[in-house]
Amino acid sequence: MRRVGVVALNTFREAVRDRVLYNLVFFALLMVVAAVAVGQISIGIEQTVIVSLGLSAISVIGLLISVFIGVALVSKEMDKRTLYALLAKPVRRWEFLLGKFAGLVLALAVNTAAMALGLLLVMLYVKHSLERGDVAVLVAVYFILLKLALVVALALLFSCFTTPLLAILFTVGLYIVGLYVQELRNLPVEVMSPAMAAFTRWLSYLLPNFENFNVMAMAAHGRAVPGVLILQNTLYTVIYCTIVLTAAAAVFSRRNLK
Amino acid sequence: MPGPAIEIENLTKEYPFGFLHLKKKTSLEGLNMQVETGEVFGFIGPNGAGKSTTIKLLMRLIFPTAGSARILGKPISDVEMHREIGYLPEQPYFYDYLTAAEVLDYFARFHDLTAADRKDRVQRMLKKVGLETARKIQLRKYSKGMLQRVGLAQAILHDPKVVILDEPMSGLDPVGRREVRDIILELKKAGKTVMFSTHILSDAEMLCDRVGVIVGGKLRGVGAPGTLVDMKTQGMEILFELRGASNAPLLSKATRTGDCYRLQVAEEELYAAIEQLRGAGARILSVSQVKGTLEEFFMNLVEADRTQAAAVEVSGK
Repeated sequence: MRRVGVVALNTFREAVRDRVLYNLVFFALLMVVAAVAVGQISIGIEQTVIVSLGLSAISVIGLLISVFIGVALVSKEMDKRTLYALLAKPVRRWEFLLGKFAGLVLALAVNTAAMALGLLLVMLYVKHSLERGDVAVLVAVYFILLKLALVVALALLFSCFTTPLLAILFTVGLYIVGLYVQELRNLPVEVMSPAMAAFTRWLSYLLPNFENFNVMAMAAHGRAVPGVLILQNTLYTVIYCTIVLTAAAAVFSRRNLK
Repeated sequence: MPGPAIEIENLTKEYPFGFLHLKKKTSLEGLNMQVETGEVFGFIGPNGAGKSTTIKLLMRLIFPTAGSARILGKPISDVEMHREIGYLPEQPYFYDYLTAAEVLDYFARFHDLTAADRKDRVQRMLKKVGLETARKIQLRKYSKGMLQRVGLAQAILHDPKVVILDEPMSGLDPVGRREVRDIILELKKAGKTVMFSTHILSDAEMLCDRVGVIVGGKLRGVGAPGTLVDMKTQGMEILFELRGASNAPLLSKATRTGDCYRLQVAEEELYAAIEQLRGAGARILSVSQVKGTLEEFFMNLVEADRTQAAAVEVSGK
């Protein structure tokens, strides 16, 4: 695992030096504008507007980084051939892959934490105090981070066997589909043939369920997020990421480099 | 007596291409070869001959269609064996957001070295490859030759027993090439096994105990540079100086550069030729034997391969 850590720390350093964290400036500007504007246009619903806007921004910025940098994690190394010298060292391909994943998730965690701090500061500015119910905002941020980890794992998997452009399309496509998994489960199976019903049920469990991570409404209204959902989402992310990364490692371990 | 450092058995690599990858191009065909412990082995061949393919197969960057290879007696799939190997990729490229010192330190971390040891080795290597003053500059600002030096430094940083270099002289100026040659000779002196690919034949002749010549994916010859080529005298070369005009018949066969002439004659005709030239007023500067060179051997193989490929194309087989 030490070798995974070495790759992870270098990936984190790459993200920092390639100015990925500059997005924080954009987020800060957005939050400042929102804080000033919210007092003017919304009376009594400042909390809802600020939290919804802040969480949406954290999610969108995080998703952009996860998809684009997640796909580039391995494909850029193959394309620029920086991987050649590394793989000649005593490091296994799955260790490299896991290190890249961990490094980007670490960068996303720092990025997300910084944005969450910014959001809390704006909430403090608008409401003049923070309440117990505002913990839900932190839980929502945690769920966004879990979701981003899952997206990075998927981007990494696709980039192991296809071109960067297709990998981006597949990742984004799967993310969008994953937002509607609950609808797939709610389909009236009684009107379907048994085979179709079984297929739909299996598909709904196979696809990543991103809907479960969305607790923005609860956070915006200061409602507590159930502890069981926190545990369930954490376990779901760990298991799903493990499966996806195992598949990615299996593909990448057999891949001929250019 | 130590065994061979590198053993290659029937190594074959085919690349699928075309629609649905149904066609196959053979990049390397049944390569059998050994590199002995402690020797400098040159792997020579034209571009696309299969040199880099062989090295990438040894490094497990690509996987063979058939065959196997062992390094230091261990199969190449053994990752731990890589502690004893140094590898310089062809036209190396490294993380351009890192400095030379950082990239070397990064690679050193995979070899379980202590922080103090890493620092010491990084400093020594940067000095050895002449990058001491550029150590704090990000690699994105490095020239091709400088990157080649970083590549060489990372290959030998951990004091490996076997060093495999893919085109180590590529992109280097004459000074850089000389320095790389010195490093290879230093490695040999330290008892390391060095295998390097090149298409610069003078480097191979100068450095290698043995060379392997590969053309069209097939190994065409292995041996000491001197034994590979026909070392029998192919004639005698006379270098002479002649001022003013002369009508000596031999002059028409000579190559002229200013007042100097170069003339090649058969061994048995040497003395008669010298007498004739002296009679014409020439001053003999030197007489030397003409022998086959590695370059001629190499060019003959390449030519034969091209002729064969053309014949196959014409016959459609």
